[in-house]
Amino acid sequence: MSTPSAATTSRWRALTHHHLFWPVAVLVALLLVNVPFTPDFFSIKMTDGHLYGSLVSIVLFGSPLILVAVGMTLVIATGGIDLSVGAVVAITGALTCSYISDQADQNALSGVFLAMGVGLVAAVVCGLWNGFLVARMGIQPIIATLIIMVAGRGVAQLITDGQIITINSEPYKLIGGGYWLTLPFSIFVVAVVVAVTVALTRRTALGLLVESVGGNAEASRLVGIRSRRIKIMVYVFCALCAGIAGLMISSNTSAADGNNAGLWIELDAILAVVIGGTSLLGGRFSIGGTVIGALVIQTLTTTIYTIGVPTQTNLVFKAAVVIVVCLLQSPKFRAKVFGAKFGPKSGATSGGSAAAEPAKTVTTAEAAPKMEVS
Amino acid sequence: MSATTQTPTAPDSRTTPPSKLTTLLGDRRLPVLVTATLFLAMYIAGLSRYQNYGFGEPQVFLNLFIDNGYLLVAAVGATFVILSGGIDLSIGSVIGFTTMFTAWLVERQGVSLPLAVLLALGVGAFGGFLMGYVIHNFEIQPFIVTLAGLFLFRGLCLVISKESISISDSSVSSLAQTRVSLGLGELSIGAIAALVVIGVAFYVLHYTRFGRRVYAIGGNEQSAMLMGLPQGRTKIAVYTVSGFCSALAGLLFMLYIQSGDPLHAVGMELDAIAATVIGGTLLTGGSGYVIGTLFGVLVLGLIKSIIQFEGTLSSWWTKIATGVLLCAFILIQRAMTARKQT
Amino acid sequence: MAEPRPVLEMTGIVKEFPGVRALSGVDFRLFPGEIHALMGENGAGKSTMIKVLTGVYSLDGGTITLDGKSVRFASPLQAQQAGINTVYQEVNLCPNLSVAENIFIGREPTRFGRIQWKRMRKEAAELVDRLGLDIDVTAPLSAYPLAVQQLVAIVRSVSTGDGDGEGQGTKVLVLDEPTSSLDRDEVLELFRLMRRLKDDGVAILFVSHFLDQIYEICDRMTVLRNGTLVGEHMVSDLDQVGLIQLMIGKELDKLEELHEHQLRADVGETLLHAEGLGRTGGIAPFDLEIKKGEVVGLAGLLGSGRTELARLLFGADQPDSGKVTVDDKQVPMNAPNDAIGAGVAFCSENRKAEGLVPDLTVRENIILALQAARGWTRPIPAAQRDELVAKYIKALDIRPANPEARVGQLSGGNQQKVLLARWLITQPKLLILDEPTRGIDIGAKAEIQKLVVSLSEDGMSVLYIAAELEEVLRLSHTIGVLRDRKLVARLTNGPEITPSRILETIASGEHQ
Repeated sequence: MSTPSAATTSRWRALTHHHLFWPVAVLVALLLVNVPFTPDFFSIKMTDGHLYGSLVSIVLFGSPLILVAVGMTLVIATGGIDLSVGAVVAITGALTCSYISDQADQNALSGVFLAMGVGLVAAVVCGLWNGFLVARMGIQPIIATLIIMVAGRGVAQLITDGQIITINSEPYKLIGGGYWLTLPFSIFVVAVVVAVTVALTRRTALGLLVESVGGNAEASRLVGIRSRRIKIMVYVFCALCAGIAGLMISSNTSAADGNNAGLWIELDAILAVVIGGTSLLGGRFSIGGTVIGALVIQTLTTTIYTIGVPTQTNLVFKAAVVIVVCLLQSPKFRAKVFGAKFGPKSGATSGGSAAAEPAKTVTTAEAAPKMEVS
Repeated sequence: MSATTQTPTAPDSRTTPPSKLTTLLGDRRLPVLVTATLFLAMYIAGLSRYQNYGFGEPQVFLNLFIDNGYLLVAAVGATFVILSGGIDLSIGSVIGFTTMFTAWLVERQGVSLPLAVLLALGVGAFGGFLMGYVIHNFEIQPFIVTLAGLFLFRGLCLVISKESISISDSSVSSLAQTRVSLGLGELSIGAIAALVVIGVAFYVLHYTRFGRRVYAIGGNEQSAMLMGLPQGRTKIAVYTVSGFCSALAGLLFMLYIQSGDPLHAVGMELDAIAATVIGGTLLTGGSGYVIGTLFGVLVLGLIKSIIQFEGTLSSWWTKIATGVLLCAFILIQRAMTARKQT
Repeated sequence: MAEPRPVLEMTGIVKEFPGVRALSGVDFRLFPGEIHALMGENGAGKSTMIKVLTGVYSLDGGTITLDGKSVRFASPLQAQQAGINTVYQEVNLCPNLSVAENIFIGREPTRFGRIQWKRMRKEAAELVDRLGLDIDVTAPLSAYPLAVQQLVAIVRSVSTGDGDGEGQGTKVLVLDEPTSSLDRDEVLELFRLMRRLKDDGVAILFVSHFLDQIYEICDRMTVLRNGTLVGEHMVSDLDQVGLIQLMIGKELDKLEELHEHQLRADVGETLLHAEGLGRTGGIAPFDLEIKKGEVVGLAGLLGSGRTELARLLFGADQPDSGKVTVDDKQVPMNAPNDAIGAGVAFCSENRKAEGLVPDLTVRENIILALQAARGWTRPIPAAQRDELVAKYIKALDIRPANPEARVGQLSGGNQQKVLLARWLITQPKLLILDEPTRGIDIGAKAEIQKLVVSLSEDGMSVLYIAAELEEVLRLSHTIGVLRDRKLVARLTNGPEITPSRILETIASGEHQ
């Protein structure tokens, strides 16, 4: 393998080994698929002071998913999962819209802000409840969050009285359907939330502690990390993100639909997190990966639409993506399928993995006496 | 292992089971008993409140089976999976797919009904088998694999048709309308099928080696393997059973509704899982009874009928009540397992 | 009397792992109707030997002969079918099933595929009865304490092969540390069962870290050291001191030559005081005093309660009784946080499961404890963090000296240094080191020992646990001796304290 220059090989290796390489590659590939069908796919036009184009709409329509997925990333990083986000989306939208629709002047800013506040507080309460069950009561996350997943939509319908509440509020419309500085306003919301999340996790020690709790819970306990607090915080944050997504979805349609708002968004969000390279077992997480994962899902939907495949096959494609991504992440699958072909070869080809070899043998050697203990 | 073993009477208490009270609290049948009592209490409350509206008719009780037969079958499948320590999110989608697939075969392709039924059951079981195969062989979490199944089967529904297909086959409608008289009231074919499924499931879980293996791997998968039990085969079989039950539930649902629709039974996996948990099956696996699941479904069905009788209450109260019950039972389970650990 | 033919003979057993030869040419024989102890220190190869015998590991060399026939097992199931059954320390049964089911699952009596519950319960009750146990077989296994579950596991394993006609009946029963979490009465019950099986002609291979138990129940013992056979003796021919010497592998006088002092002479006033601290199933209540700048070493065989003592002092396990004061203030000891707050740090012997977060980098692992103490809102400023990390990477010579390396990829010695760095950065008052030198190379070992000495000179107290006596002797001011989950003696180090003295204390279990 040393026929081309070694430098390009190692640079290529470094690139392909970057944790965002595969998500980005999939995204780019998906985007390129569109070009033969829609030659002006990448063009962005300015009309009435607003930017339009496929790329803009992918981000616009993908905004709620990005928000939910970003929150979900932190939950998954602690080794948990949150199934209730879809219900939280519905509850927040329902509360906010019903509050606005009760106002005499739906355009009054104070009323809109108050309504949004009420909605988000409800979301936070849901998050606290999930966090309480998981961290305090020690209930498995998948079970604990199932409760709000089941009951939440009922609550949302209760709030809207089973109707679809439509509102007519210009300021509220801005969040999910308005434009600001030529771009959809929701893009700014997403950008702010992502920036805040990155700052919150990487500028403080939260990210490190979350990864530690998810990576080795017992070691984290012995090192003195208060993992309960961190878990509660993460569930609250996830619910808050879902709440903002709920505002965005109801604002975009100017309506609250307790039954269908955010339906299945929890599944898409989990998928986005997984595509983004965060392991469902917890530990290392990547907010950037999740954003790209969410964009991949949205692009898939758009692509299916533009290349003329019947839109109803969307779910089948999604199933295929889930299966492929999970199989690729499964060590057992890789060992079975690639192990025979690539296993020995990769050791021989590259200097990088050869350097890692001695370390590996030492760890296994050290593992041998440890068997004695058990 | 308590410190009391050092007292003189200790050797006796060590080899005999603990006191009656502890036995009762630790008894695995307790949750089923609680659910059955809850059902009875709700039923009596309904009797006293809606006496003048015909709640006391035996047929009202039998209608619980007629209206929830499909859910019962789906919940039996969920019970197998949950007992083994797994979870199946694809139940609702497989039900929806089965209605679509059968309707499409019968109405659009002119396949005879018995053949269509066999094909549908086969596809459901095969889908479950595939998911089990992937879960076991590649060690991917059941949650994610069955999530892919959820997407796949719902997608396949839509691929068949975006519109609902109503079934005009005369044998289907005559089957749907057939009622078997029990003297006090009558049952539909679907309800009877559901009761048969319950009976078979009970037999399989308690009187076959396969059934006991399901409990064993749900109790401790590692131990089950070390005891020489074929834990992989059992796991795959469990998901196959769930797929089969979902397909059968889909057929019953089709009989009940007499149409195929790509959006049939959306989210029904949640009802099935909720019924199983309310029926006392531990979500972590290894403990529970199909009889409990029967009561779980009956409780959910009764909530629906009471809300109908009440008239002023809206349908969403069903979801809220389900959620509250789910929460209560999860907390009960948590308390029970916590006691066992100490 | 002619010597009977052994039921099991293993000759020239070799087992290799990448980079390690776990067993090199070990011979072992087992006679019917005897209880045979397999002895050896940590890492001597006992577990490997058992796993080779029971088909968990494949054989790299040597032969196994069972009843005169050469055998080779590819799986535990094959070994079971040939009549070799194993009961491990952790009970490998299903607590949610009844006792009868646990005995019979996988081979339940059936007729036309239907399980015959009545027959199964009857047969189970008979089995339990025959072995002299009083257990209700219809009760769920979880209703019984661990000790009884252990007995049920033995019943299951000796009964396999009885029912289905495929098996051979149990010839060899392997008990791998079955007594480690049992109390005295429970141990007696177990021994009663073992004697009964022995009378039935079953050959029992028994592994235990409790010397008293070995001398109480066993007929013969085989001693291993570093994967080689040291000797086979009748238990009655070898006293406890002799056995310990064989296990540790040095003549007593040779041990004494290694003994030298490098420690500072004076220690400060009391730092930590534990009174009546204990935990059922862990360690009997003990008193312990640690002074400022003092190194307290714990000596005792594996399983004697060294780790359990350390975990209690750190709050990793909650004590049932007793209290701890640090600097005359009582510390609650409900969770590690309480101990950390009082200035106690703990490096677990189990680096992988309880120490490192393998996915995180060296830097992140090093700052974890300090960061946990500061809380998430106050991250360590990047410049200060990098400086600290660089300082400790250099001071402890962690390799590769790359703070970005994933810690899971480091060698054992370097991982240990990362853990040390993690706690040193928090400047604890008391550092508890549980087997810090296990599984690491000689160079790293010496460095860590030097570090302990210099920390003590700086006034830090250290509780040092190591399997090697010389190591403990060389480093400690005071030595706590443990035996059978009790702190039996506390010796002030000095010229008169020699390895032989410690060995005698361990062997006799008395303060002399």
